[in-house]
Amino acid sequence: MNTAILAFALDAATAATALAFVLCAWRLVRGPQSIDRVLAIDTLYLNAVALVVLLGIRLQTALLFEAALIVAMLGFASTVALARYLSRGDVIE
Amino acid sequence: MELNQLAEWLAAVCLLVSAFFSLVGAIGLVRLPDFYMRLHAPTKASTLGVGGVLLASMILSALQGRAGMAELLITLFVFVTAPVSANLMAQAALHLGVHTRAPAPEEAVPERRTS
Repeated sequence: MNTAILAFALDAATAATALAFVLCAWRLVRGPQSIDRVLAIDTLYLNAVALVVLLGIRLQTALLFEAALIVAMLGFASTVALARYLSRGDVIE
Repeated sequence: MELNQLAEWLAAVCLLVSAFFSLVGAIGLVRLPDFYMRLHAPTKASTLGVGGVLLASMILSALQGRAGMAELLITLFVFVTAPVSANLMAQAALHLGVHTRAPAPEEAVPERRTS
């Protein structure tokens, strides 16, 4: 990174996303019902996508964006499967 | 040179905005008292948080001379799938019979008197 402001913004964004990770994990452990845990997982994978993209910016490589895309797709599929399982009792009818 | 500095300032602003919004979403996920209120906070805020990070990444990769097609794909995917997953979770919560602490509509809207 060539300017100080960009390095500062990267550090601040990484710290905030990591703090959001911790808060979502608290809701995942603590959540009173199963659907709260599903919501915590959903927010966790969105934060994971943000963290992977932040690492890609920091390392200045284009290799990690495909990884972020795969995390996003798998997270969406798992959220849909868990919500369908909780509402219908089975995933694929 | 001037354009580079402007683009880096713009990317830094995008990163700070996205950090603020993802933090707000996580705090709302922890602090709000009820599932339906908790569903409201992160599904909007985290979408904007991921979008800001990806916008900053697109600006910086355009600065390096490559087109950020993968970032554009992730942005489109997240923006399309976040409301769908929120809707499915709300349907599951309705099916499970999760109670809300919001006041009932009769209490929320005061009855209008005919004078």
